[in-house]
Amino acid sequence: MYKLLLCMRYLKTRYIALASIVSVMLGVATMIVVNSVMAGFTNEMRDRIHGFLADIVVESRSMDGIINGNAQMQVVQDAAGDFIAAMTPTVEVPGMITYNDPITGETFTQPIQILGIDPAGKASVGPLKDYLDSYNVVSEDGTIIRDRLRAVDTPLAWELTASAASYRRMMKQQQMIMIPDDKATGPFGSVVEANAGRNADAGTEIAAPDFDTPFKGNEPVVPVDPTAPMSARIYIGEQITSFQTRDPETGKLHKVNMVNPGDDIIITTIQSNTPPEPISFSATVVDMFRSGMSEYDSQLVLMNIEELQQNRGMIAEDGDAITSIQIRLHNYADADEVVKRIKAAFPPGLVTVSTWEAKQGLLLSAVEVETAILNVLLFMIIAVAGFGILAIFFMIVVEKTRDIGILKSLGASSNGVMSIFLSYGLGLGVVGSAAGVGIGLLFVRYINEIEDALSWVTGRKVFNEKIYYFPEIPTQVNVMMVIWVALGAIGIAVLASVLPARRASRLHPVRALRFE
Amino acid sequence: MTHGSQTQPTKIETLKMTTPLISALAIEKSYSKGQHKVPVLRGAGLTAQRGEFISVIGQSGSGKSTLLHVMGLLDSPDNGEVLLEGKRIDNLNQAARDQLRNHVFGFIFQFYHLLPELTLLENVMTPLMIRHSLFSYWSKRKEIRAEAMDILQQVGLGHRVKHRPSELSGGEMQRGAIARALIAKPEILLADEPTGNLDSTTGREIMETLKKLNEESQLTIVMVTHDEAIAQQAHRIVRLAEGQIATIGREEAA
Repeated sequence: MYKLLLCMRYLKTRYIALASIVSVMLGVATMIVVNSVMAGFTNEMRDRIHGFLADIVVESRSMDGIINGNAQMQVVQDAAGDFIAAMTPTVEVPGMITYNDPITGETFTQPIQILGIDPAGKASVGPLKDYLDSYNVVSEDGTIIRDRLRAVDTPLAWELTASAASYRRMMKQQQMIMIPDDKATGPFGSVVEANAGRNADAGTEIAAPDFDTPFKGNEPVVPVDPTAPMSARIYIGEQITSFQTRDPETGKLHKVNMVNPGDDIIITTIQSNTPPEPISFSATVVDMFRSGMSEYDSQLVLMNIEELQQNRGMIAEDGDAITSIQIRLHNYADADEVVKRIKAAFPPGLVTVSTWEAKQGLLLSAVEVETAILNVLLFMIIAVAGFGILAIFFMIVVEKTRDIGILKSLGASSNGVMSIFLSYGLGLGVVGSAAGVGIGLLFVRYINEIEDALSWVTGRKVFNEKIYYFPEIPTQVNVMMVIWVALGAIGIAVLASVLPARRASRLHPVRALRFE
Repeated sequence: MTHGSQTQPTKIETLKMTTPLISALAIEKSYSKGQHKVPVLRGAGLTAQRGEFISVIGQSGSGKSTLLHVMGLLDSPDNGEVLLEGKRIDNLNQAARDQLRNHVFGFIFQFYHLLPELTLLENVMTPLMIRHSLFSYWSKRKEIRAEAMDILQQVGLGHRVKHRPSELSGGEMQRGAIARALIAKPEILLADEPTGNLDSTTGREIMETLKKLNEESQLTIVMVTHDEAIAQQAHRIVRLAEGQIATIGREEAA
């Protein structure tokens, strides 16, 4: 009983010990905040990766793809149909994109990854609409600066929005005025020529909707809307053709798009024959997408799959070739089983089957390692706090030497004296951890307000949503993590008090009583 | 002086008056200072009958405090024995010694030695807190509290129970220390210069309290002092010089 009473009294009266509580508290709070933010980021990142990748991806080993996509999908369906909620064929191929800077007229060419999709099919395996610019509200600093351009229930298609169509019309008319000659200049001319034969929209062989046709006065006039979009249409990753720039006057970051929906760009890729031959064709940007994963937003171009197959020569009578199948499962927990079944269903060496996690395994495990290392480092902070406790406890034991002698003369056992100091350490650990957990959780709860305040004080945006792609800092509190951190801190506090407590318990009562 | 032969008799007989309550026999004790061994006690001994009030007097460094500590099991002798009712206690294990200190001996020190973080009442209750486990203390807490209040009333400190030792005068602290020693209902009170740090008036009060305890409750008291006048108030005086018994005063002639 005296142990508890004394321990409580020491906790209340020794303010120096509070210093060690503070360090335990700060350590615990930091660990909780860092872990929560890391977990929040990881979660968000996984969501985004997952969103673009679908649960399971079946890929052909060769870029030429595997023939007869429908038959392959049937194989998958037969192998694991019960688990599959939806699947969609895709064609994935590397390529290049060429576009003009609208202001300087300079031509840029950039490497990209082209993913041919059927929008409805792609939307059935992952959240496509959420990523498309025209389906989403654009807001900046919490205020809406542009409303949705398409209603949420508009089915996904390769159509221009009304504003993009009028923008396109305006641009085309400008070009007609500026280039009255029939000699096409710029990078587009020749390509448009090459591509002209396949304009599905116009329906005629010569109905290339390129800008200079209307001025070829000698040819028979075909009723063609010169402003109609190309048959190849794309959703372009918004980072591919945009860059961030700081406004010299306001100092604010803003995004500059060099290509907008309605513009035409040139895509260069390879055909699916051996050896592959390069092909180029014009495509109209229908929409921009933003998945939030820089890896996709700066590399990926989504294109209508039929047109891509056509251009790459993947169309065949016995079924068009595809390069991959994206699959969404009813329950992701079955993924391993489904992967096994699909692998078994295909002849060996033909395809690779992987879950999205396995596909992004390196990135995900890098984040895990990062989190683990951060935790080790932060735990070191708490360990440092432990040494603080050790030092302060030694001081307190020296200060309390005479009291220890008194207690022993009154019949207290060595273990009793030891447990005073051990429970003192436990008390410090518990109080420090509890305070740390409280502060940490509060910090996590109000992290965006804190960020605002910090931004206001420093006059500089601490967490720039344009860089990090998040409207606010994502956090996720894992209860087990909090419990482990708190227990770890308490454990360290108790461990740190073992040495001083042993020293106290071994004091000789007479010498302790004589201690001045 | 009584001698080692008394350790032999059977236990039933040792309970008779002839067996002293406590005896320290031929105690030798030395402290090591650096490499040198400094002998403090060289065969000193002391025997107290139940109800006796003995003072041990001697110069500083004569070993009187050490003798008291050895008797009260705060220290163990290098040689010699300490007997409680004829049974050897100095070689018991640590747990048993702790128990005896808690149940049989009560200590009073020159510097009072109250715990500064606790109130007077809590200080007085400390021996019983040590004796009882958390649970049994909790179930008896009201009785213990009442008992402590009672004893504090007896020593005239009923109005000071909530005060910390730092808010009390020396005399009050010493009376608090006496109360703390008494609550454990000890058989032997060991007092180490109980008046050494007090002015003569307060010292006299403390001595009155001790004498009263000795007379009314037949409490055995062994008191160490260097003050002749204080020592004279005991039944018997044992004089220590250089770690040995010099003379045994008054009632018991050598």
